[in-house]
Amino acid sequence: MLSGGVMDDRKTEPVVRGSERILWFGRGVRAAFSVPGLILASAFVGFAGLARDAGLTLAQTVFMTGVMWALPGKVVLVGSIIAGNGLLPTGIAVALSSVRLGPMVVALMPELRGPRTPAWVLYALSHFVAVTSWVLAMEQLRYVPRPMRTTYYAGLGGMLLAGTMVVVAIVFLVAARLPSELSAALFFLTPMYFLTSLWGSARERAGHVAMVFGLALGPLFHVLVPDFDLLATGLVAGSAAFVLHILRKRSGRA
Amino acid sequence: MSFSAIEAWWWPYLFILVAGWLATDFWRFLGVYLGGRISEDSELLVFVRSIATALVAAVIANLVVFPNGALAAVPLFFRILAALIGFLAYLAFGKRVIVGIAIGEIALGAGMLLTQG
Repeated sequence: MLSGGVMDDRKTEPVVRGSERILWFGRGVRAAFSVPGLILASAFVGFAGLARDAGLTLAQTVFMTGVMWALPGKVVLVGSIIAGNGLLPTGIAVALSSVRLGPMVVALMPELRGPRTPAWVLYALSHFVAVTSWVLAMEQLRYVPRPMRTTYYAGLGGMLLAGTMVVVAIVFLVAARLPSELSAALFFLTPMYFLTSLWGSARERAGHVAMVFGLALGPLFHVLVPDFDLLATGLVAGSAAFVLHILRKRSGRA
Repeated sequence: MSFSAIEAWWWPYLFILVAGWLATDFWRFLGVYLGGRISEDSELLVFVRSIATALVAAVIANLVVFPNGALAAVPLFFRILAALIGFLAYLAFGKRVIVGIAIGEIALGAGMLLTQG
C-alpha cells in the first residue's frame, strides 16, 4: 500500500497536464480582477492624464506602460521629459527610482520558482513585478501548488499589465476632467490599498517592523536625500528591522 | 539628447526603451539572477524582504505626505489622520483590506468637508 502510494506520486507529480496549466492560468487572470486590480487601474487614470499633459502621444504612453510597467519610474520618466532632460540623466533617474524592484524580485523568486522552472521563464515573469502584482503574489502564491505558481503568476501579471494598458489608452482618449474631490479620493486609493495589503503580506514580524520604520523614514529621507530617498529608506529601515529580528531571535534562544 | 531632440518618429520610442525599459528591467533581471542563489528560509532573505518592504512603505508614506494633484489640496494633517484611521479599522475588523480602504476614504472625505466648511 505504502509503496504503491509513492509510485503514484512519482507517476503524477512530474507530469503536468495542459488542462491544469490552463486552469491555474485562468485563476491568475481572475485574481487580477480584484480590489487591488481596480485600485491599480484608478492609479493609472492619474498617470494617463499626466502623460497627456506632457505632450506624449497615445501610442507612446501605452508603449511606455507596456515596457516599464512600474508606476513610480514612469512618473519620473514623464517628469524628466517635461523638464527636457537628456537621455543619460533621465535613464539614471529612472534607474534610481526603480532600484526597489531588485530586492522585490529577489524576495519573490523563492516563492515563485518550482524545482524545474527554466531560468528564461523567471526572467520573462520578472517583467510583471511591480508593487501591486508583488503584494498580490506574496499574499496568494502560498495557496497555489508549487508547480503551478509560474503559470498562475503569468496569468495574474499578464492580465494586470494588459488591463492597465487598455485603461491608460481609454483614459488618454476620453480624459474627461474629474471634479477635484473625486480625483483626490482616487489618488488616496493607492496608498490606502498598499498600507493595508503590505501589512497582510508580511511573512514575519520583521516585515511589520520594516514597514513601520519605512513609513516614518520615507518622508524624512525624501527631504534629506531627495534623489535616493527610496533606496536610503529601504537600506536604513530594512537593516534596522533585520537587526531587531536577529537580536530577538538570539534573546529567544538564550 | 532630450525626448524631443530628434524629429524622427522612432526617437521617442528609443528614448523610452533606453531611459525607461532598460533602466527598469535591469533591476528585475538582476533580482532573478541573485534570487536564484538564495534559499527560501535563509536569514539573508528575511533581510532582503525587510529592505523591499521598507522601500514600498516609503512609496506609501510619500504618496500621503507629498502627493501630486488634487490630493495635495487636502491638508497634510487630514491626509495622515485618514490613513491612520483606515489602517486602524483594517486591524480592528479582521484585517480586511476593503474595510481599511473604505474607512480611510470616508475619513478623507470628512476631512475635505471640514476644510471647505
